[in-house]
Amino acid sequence: MANLSMTVNGKSVTATVDPRTLLVQFLRENLRLTGTHVGCDTSQCGACVVHLDGKAVKACTTLALSCEGASVTTIEGLANGGTLHPMQEAFREHHGLQCGFCTPGMIMSAVDIVNRRGNSLDEKTIREDLDGNICRCTGYHNIVKAVAAGAEAMGKGAAPVRQAAE
Amino acid sequence: MYAFTYHRPATARQAASLLAKKEDAKLLAGGHTLLPTMKQRLASPGALVDLSSCADLKGITRKGRNLVIGAMTTHAEVAASPEVQEAIPALAYLASHIGDPHVRHRGTIGGSVANNDPAADYPAALLALGATVVTNKRKLAAEEFFSGLYETALDEGEIIVKVSFPATSKAGYAKFRNPASRYALVGVFVAKRGSEIAVAITGAGEGGVFRWPEAEAALKARFAGKSLDGLKHTAKGINGDIHADAEYRAHLIGVMAKQAVAQATGKA
Ligand code: FES
Ligand code: FES
Repeated sequence: MANLSMTVNGKSVTATVDPRTLLVQFLRENLRLTGTHVGCDTSQCGACVVHLDGKAVKACTTLALSCEGASVTTIEGLANGGTLHPMQEAFREHHGLQCGFCTPGMIMSAVDIVNRRGNSLDEKTIREDLDGNICRCTGYHNIVKAVAAGAEAMGKGAAPVRQAAE
Repeated sequence: MYAFTYHRPATARQAASLLAKKEDAKLLAGGHTLLPTMKQRLASPGALVDLSSCADLKGITRKGRNLVIGAMTTHAEVAASPEVQEAIPALAYLASHIGDPHVRHRGTIGGSVANNDPAADYPAALLALGATVVTNKRKLAAEEFFSGLYETALDEGEIIVKVSFPATSKAGYAKFRNPASRYALVGVFVAKRGSEIAVAITGAGEGGVFRWPEAEAALKARFAGKSLDGLKHTAKGINGDIHADAEYRAHLIGVMAKQAVAQATGKA
């Protein structure tokens, strides 16, 4: 067992973990943050994407201990109280999900794309940069639309229009 | 995964001493090959020495005519680096097409080179550009470094510190990737440095990365895609698997080589 401390969604957390613990296991099982999903566990699907020091990574392929001292943001860290993050709101508005399994990873990846490439994204860029996220339901069209709209809304600092608990 | 002990040294020197002291220790770079392999229980190191805190293994610098990239520099960092884009644009391009964005945030040049996966992208660049792999013990030319399938000249306890590339803008990389794994079915890196021309091929060789002398000779006469017209790579010694048979991969070598030359000559 080894000691671990990091910041998750702005709160500092400490724990004693088996070195084998993956970041995604630590988030889901220790912290009960179950918004981060495990789709494949083989680095292919992107359901487990979180931000590690501001960069999108696959939490199924990162050891929790490698994140000692780091800052992690999960899907639970995006909304502002009851108000959805503009990217979350855009996914709802544009029907960017069906079963929703891939959605946390999609949204974390989408925010990462905006962080890297800015607020005005064309379809080709979005599709290329969603390369590491697989959706079995939607056929991607509405996801691409949602990402473009969410990116733009993030630029406007748009006050999201609806409440999460609606 | 089987149990292991975890260590995170702050310098390459500390990493080397841990590697020597701990029984059955392995280095952890970005972890995107090693961790999946451990999950499948195909690897079971007794100790992991995580290099992610070794600041002396990171960073990109221009030293005269050479571009020097620290072993723990990620693919995303190489792809986005103005130094790399200026010194060897083809190398930035190659890095920006490895895996997917999340993989590029973790995967490192040192890890890729040390693993020497026969379908990895970087080995083709190192071989074609005549790069030098600098370890904590010595300097190795790319052609002596890559010694076979997943095999390198690295000794036990030897750590890659950085890779040094001679700068050239006349280089190009084209790959036909497997859409599921994002690895190269065939990748061709073409580089011209002075009158020297090198064509290195990844993804296709039974023994890993290799050069294509006939194409190099043809391009030496004239450095243009047309020089490769009619030139075919033999299917002998070429990989065949469920994704592509040897004939198909051999054909792709010719196609990708032309695209790489087009990129190198600004005609892509
Ligand atoms: S669960 Fe991590 S990539 Fe699929
Ligand atoms: S909405 Fe079901 S997997 Fe994407």
